[in-house]
Amino acid sequence: MGRLAEILNHLQQGNSEMVSNLTRKAIEEGISPKEVLDRALIEGMNIVGKKYGDHEIFLPEVLLAAKAMYAGMDVLKPLFLKEEVPHRGRIVIGTVQGDLHDIGKNLVGIMLKGAGFEVIDLGNDVPPEMFIEAVKREKAMVIGMSALLTTTMPVMGKVVELLRQEGLQDRVKTIIGGAPVSKEFAQEIGADAYSYDSANAVKSVKELVDEVKERYGGNP
Amino acid sequence: MRPILRLLNDELVERIVSEARDVLCKLGVEVHNQGVLSMLRDHGARVEPTKSRVFLTNTIIDQALDTAPKSFKLFDVLGNETHDFSDNNIYFTPGSAALNILDYPHGEIRKPTTDDYVRYAKLVGKLKNIASQSTAFIPADVHEKISDSYRLYLSLLYCEKPVVTGAFSIEAFAIMKDLQLAVRGTEEELAAKPLTIFSCCPTSPLKWGEVTSQNLVDCAASSIPVELISMPLSGFVAPVTLVGTLVQHTAETLSGVVISQLANPGAPLLYGGSPAIFDLRYETTPMGAIETEMIDCAYSEIGKFFGLPTQAYISLSDAKQLDAQAGLESAMGATLAALSGINSISGPGMLDFESCQSMEKLVLDNEICGMVYRLIEGIEPKDDFPSLPKFEELLREKHLLISEHTRRYLRGEFYLPGQTIDRTNRTRWQGEGGVTLLARAHREVERLLDEYSPSRLPESIKREMKKLMEAEARRHGMKGLPKTNW
Ligand code: B12
Repeated sequence: MGRLAEILNHLQQGNSEMVSNLTRKAIEEGISPKEVLDRALIEGMNIVGKKYGDHEIFLPEVLLAAKAMYAGMDVLKPLFLKEEVPHRGRIVIGTVQGDLHDIGKNLVGIMLKGAGFEVIDLGNDVPPEMFIEAVKREKAMVIGMSALLTTTMPVMGKVVELLRQEGLQDRVKTIIGGAPVSKEFAQEIGADAYSYDSANAVKSVKELVDEVKERYGGNP
Repeated sequence: MRPILRLLNDELVERIVSEARDVLCKLGVEVHNQGVLSMLRDHGARVEPTKSRVFLTNTIIDQALDTAPKSFKLFDVLGNETHDFSDNNIYFTPGSAALNILDYPHGEIRKPTTDDYVRYAKLVGKLKNIASQSTAFIPADVHEKISDSYRLYLSLLYCEKPVVTGAFSIEAFAIMKDLQLAVRGTEEELAAKPLTIFSCCPTSPLKWGEVTSQNLVDCAASSIPVELISMPLSGFVAPVTLVGTLVQHTAETLSGVVISQLANPGAPLLYGGSPAIFDLRYETTPMGAIETEMIDCAYSEIGKFFGLPTQAYISLSDAKQLDAQAGLESAMGATLAALSGINSISGPGMLDFESCQSMEKLVLDNEICGMVYRLIEGIEPKDDFPSLPKFEELLREKHLLISEHTRRYLRGEFYLPGQTIDRTNRTRWQGEGGVTLLARAHREVERLLDEYSPSRLPESIKREMKKLMEAEARRHGMKGLPKTNW
């Protein structure tokens, strides 16, 4: 079995120690960090994400695999020049103002992180302005919003509206989720995407990030 | 004999309680409410202000358990007693605060309106086995800021039964209390004859938010009963084991008992909850899972160990339609709850993880509740002994259809469900159109709504409530309320 295939294998099993050791070995053997990252770590998480989406494996296995991926990342990070530390995209996420339900949002955050995105979590009860400040400050490509109450859904519309007023709607994509919201509601308020669970959220965020990157290059 | 289910032995109950006390005293609870924190500090709890964390003591916990009432009653809008939460008495109440309503006949969901709410309140009034209303969903045609109080207003206008409800903000409590004062007349009368129960939810793990802890204190101060709704999710924000989840539920609920009793010793409360296992495949919180129902029954045993009346979200389903899953999960939950003597059983009508109400399901569940009431009456001799005379009569007459004994006991001994439950033979069923459960349930909904007679609450009180509600709507920028005529 090739070195990368080995890493891929241990990552899926959630074996952090082996992933860390094998990543080190791969580098010693002259495989480029970029290649290890793309073909073993990221690819491993893609497979894990797909298996989870297909209900072949359960949440704990995904989280263990993500942990293993980060163990490999820790080995690679010092080898990248500072400005090129690769991340797949930066996402600001939060539960909207008036709403304290953060379990679903947290889960989506964990899974996005596991998939290699950089996640800035603003917590719960987040006012619309705070989302906008955060994307500007963090140069994020996506805003993820969660609402579990009928009464707090409208806040999502306000965030989309503010983004438009700031002229940021093309550079920053919005995705929403939570039990009372739907695809139709997303369309109604002009949000770019809706997801019903974390595996689906990862898939949608990937698409949104790719869209932004295509237009504006890696770092908007 | 009243059949009683037990899932925990005494030793395990005591161990769970002592572990929960340990958690409260050594790890503490987070309370994001300055007023509540200082109240706890004043009563001897250690507070770590930077983390809003408070460490209880066994003395504080014991005192609270001591003052918490071991029973209390509810009264309808006319002041008649409807509930006696004591011993193993059970009462059903519809699942509350759904996001959607299931439309007949196509089974699509939509956001409910005032009209839906009025139909629902009228229907609950007619359902014999559902003892109270709940504010079952949120009419989407009013401003979100009044969505909690407006539900209560409609309930008090259209149905006489007491109401299980809750506030979504600190401010909303005032109008929700004023509406009750309009019904009862005075503070004293409201305290003497409680009309509502407010849900107050800690956040798992071991935390009280500002709004719900304030709602808890405000209710206690006015002697308005509360149900403490802790929702540990096993395997996610609680241990995966049922015992571990029970330790967490006990700690969270006890912390609520403490806050309530410090605010007003003797304030009525239900030892309740809405825990669920977390389905690690679908990222959902199944209310119809057998393990969820086991946790409910077990914490009710713990509540009873403290001598407190109990509550649970247990007779509901995660199905999306009124299908076999909806029936089996609701019936299983209702049965287990009744056997456990859970005093207030929440859930009828509810589908889809507490997020969808169905009028047709409510009518079906009303039948489940009827059967369950029959179950807990158990099996008792009724002029059965000595047996010989009855059997002599049977052998002589070849049947007992017109026997005095049959006529005396027929109605009490059997629960005879309405037409939602099919007990016809196949030929008759076919001859009558082969009507499906959903259609039969719908027919029953329409029949009961046709029979509706307005609430006997005096007109003057209804008008006063309308004035209060209109003022509240105007305060939030609405011109008026959607049209209704009672
Ligand atoms: C747990 C819970 C609570 C906990 C929350 C704890 C916490 N830390 O989050 C507590 C006890 C605090 C709570 C409080 C209240 N709750 Co609550 N709660 C729930 C419950 C049972 C489960 C929610 C949950 O965690 N589900 C599990 C997670 C994993 O699923 P999820 O949140 O749907 O998230 C998934 C997807 O939606 C999606 N997703 C979610 N967010 C995002 C974001 C993005 C960007 C993306 C892409 C995807 C995505 O992916 C997630 C993962 O699969 C729901 C019922 C329900 N079925 O939703 C009621 C529910 C939402 N609550 C309700 C109510 C009424 C309340 C209270 C008002 C009760 C009260 N009177 O105090 C308070 C409100 C407090 C407040 N201001 O927010 C109602 C809402 C009613 C309505 N019409 O709006 C519900 C529907 C229950 C009911 N019928 O009563 N609640």
